[in-house]
Amino acid sequence: MTTLTKTEDAPAPTGPESFLSVRDLKVQFSTEDGIVKAVDGLSFDVERGKTLGIVGESGSGKSVTNLTILGLHNPRSSTVDGEIVLDGKELVTATERELEQLRGNKMAMIFQDPLTALSPFYTVGRQLSEPYMKHRGASKKEARDRAIQMLEKVGIPQPKVRFDDYPHQFSGGMRQRAMIAMALMCDPDLLIADEPTTALDVTVQAQILDLLKDLQQEFGSAIIFITHDLGVISHMADDLLVMYAGRAVERGSVREVLHDPRHPYTWGLLSSMPRLDSDIDQQLTPIPGSPPSLLNPPSGCPFHPRCAFRDEVPGTLCTDVRPPLGEGRSTACHLTPEQKQTIFIDKIQPRLR
Amino acid sequence: MSENLTLPAPQGTTGTSAENLLEVKGLTKHFPIYGGFPIRRKVGAVQAVDGVDLTVGVAESVGLVGESGCGKSTTGRLITRLLEPTAGTITYAGQDITHASRRQLAPVRSEIQMIFQDPYSSLNPRQTVGSIIKSPMEVNGIEPEGGREKKVRELLELVGLNPEHYNRFPHEFSGGQRQRIGVARALALNPKLIVADEPVSALDVSIQAQVVNLLKEVQKELGIAFLFIAHDLAVVRHFSQRVAVMYLGKVVEVGDRESIYNGPRHPYTHALLSAVPEVSAEEDAGRERIRLSGDVPSPIHPPSGCRFRTRCWKAQDKCATEEPPLVQLSGNRDGHLTACHFPEDPTTQRDEDVVLDPALRSLEESASED
Repeated sequence: MTTLTKTEDAPAPTGPESFLSVRDLKVQFSTEDGIVKAVDGLSFDVERGKTLGIVGESGSGKSVTNLTILGLHNPRSSTVDGEIVLDGKELVTATERELEQLRGNKMAMIFQDPLTALSPFYTVGRQLSEPYMKHRGASKKEARDRAIQMLEKVGIPQPKVRFDDYPHQFSGGMRQRAMIAMALMCDPDLLIADEPTTALDVTVQAQILDLLKDLQQEFGSAIIFITHDLGVISHMADDLLVMYAGRAVERGSVREVLHDPRHPYTWGLLSSMPRLDSDIDQQLTPIPGSPPSLLNPPSGCPFHPRCAFRDEVPGTLCTDVRPPLGEGRSTACHLTPEQKQTIFIDKIQPRLR
Repeated sequence: MSENLTLPAPQGTTGTSAENLLEVKGLTKHFPIYGGFPIRRKVGAVQAVDGVDLTVGVAESVGLVGESGCGKSTTGRLITRLLEPTAGTITYAGQDITHASRRQLAPVRSEIQMIFQDPYSSLNPRQTVGSIIKSPMEVNGIEPEGGREKKVRELLELVGLNPEHYNRFPHEFSGGQRQRIGVARALALNPKLIVADEPVSALDVSIQAQVVNLLKEVQKELGIAFLFIAHDLAVVRHFSQRVAVMYLGKVVEVGDRESIYNGPRHPYTHALLSAVPEVSAEEDAGRERIRLSGDVPSPIHPPSGCRFRTRCWKAQDKCATEEPPLVQLSGNRDGHLTACHFPEDPTTQRDEDVVLDPALRSLEESASED
């Protein structure tokens, strides 16, 4: 990936501040129908103590990316290309044993559905203690104390009693709290939260989101926060990556991407979303069509079959050439910056009012 | 507080309608729990819906919002009579259908239709789209002008699908298209009332808007009344003229859209609205922040008195002993009813945050001390 914008101080791919850096990641699954390009040339960086949000619709490759970082993909049916560097350590080529030492220790994950992610067979306390004993060599007693301390921190009432409960005895919100406690047991540097609140009710979701945010301030972990909900991401993330059909289409800080978006897909997402303060008489503006199949994604820009501004680009650029995504604040689109500016101000902004 | 209460006025119908198409009074559904050995007997009941009053006017769209387990789907299923109510009355167009028999229901069934949440499990995978949409007409023995097949093609076109797809199977369609098929099926009998149970929550954001727009158009052009059940407050606001908020089997607040979203009185409505994650233009300009503690209590043993009191920041002794009636508070518009002893101010602004969650509070306190 070439840096076009800044020539003098082009950021080194694995600079000291970027704690996790993913470069040109490609994940492919071979299925009966052909090869599915779930992730196709994705690059991003996560800084220490910062939150990177990844938004996209289902099937855009956001979950696959993060399973690959953790090495949780099935190596027999998938091929991974590219580079994932966590704190100077290459993960794509790492052995299972090396990954095992990192998982739950240096990096941890919070899954979407805590009922399936927690084992129904063991008590919550035992599941919390296990990584601590394994990675820190702690005794059972120490692990128990730590687990109770963490359960209390995430707001589970009577943690000493609850330690010996099974997951089915917890409510949905409490299970997700237990998941967060488990992820934080070994004080990880990287936390991957894959739709952590999608299965929860709004009032509980608000509690959990604020809790995650406050805990991040205390623990200083970097978080990759995956969601399809732009509202949630605007509360949680510092930087934002918008994914479509296995590729990143827009990148920037949350403010930039949500308040001054520059990619037609981001425009579409924002104007198709009903809000509490929007004009009721105004129709929502959906994105026409549906997301492409990743078995044979569209040529060129993957969004061109649904894009309303394709005609503004001269020739067959959109259908033939895949637009690159630069470093920093950038969009993968063939429209010129001036065109994007005028389209956004004239056509998109009035819809978002 | 007594001077604040006025007589429970009949729920006003805002907007278009003058008469009520559907009237629900004291609707109750308790699911029994059996247990014990060796003789299994009833040991309790899940009080899924417990005394719900609701009206839907002709061609009116009413939203029913609440968290999971509050009984909103059960209410929808009771109204369509897919479940037998434990108590209360359902009156449809002046006719009591609470315990109507199958035979009595037959003419009503064709006028009340349902759209289901999951477009993947609500369509028979072994039937073609044509026969799925056609079957309500066959069951009811309706022969539209020009034949059923022509009507199906018209319906497909109406919901934005290609009429040529008549002979395709559901698996050949995407989620949004499947939900359109569900809408076409609901429209096949020219219903007067459609109960839509979370019709868009299984869809992606960009597809959601397509279906919401379609439903809105259908409602406007065909003059169909909707009971729109959803947990997404922003979608409901977009779709419904009147909104009822449910909590643990009871309606806690009901009113026109403007009142509920801009001047809510019940603390739970405040909490719900403040919890909606929003992409706001300014940095959360003045929006109140309320963080409740814990989860919704179990409907097997709901709290006495006001059901929200265990999570409410204004709860007092009175709330535990006395159940607040659903009444119009002074200063509220007609038809804006609230069930609360100590209502909030009708605004969504608040100077101080309400944080009840103990973990959040201790984390935030220690953070502010540093």
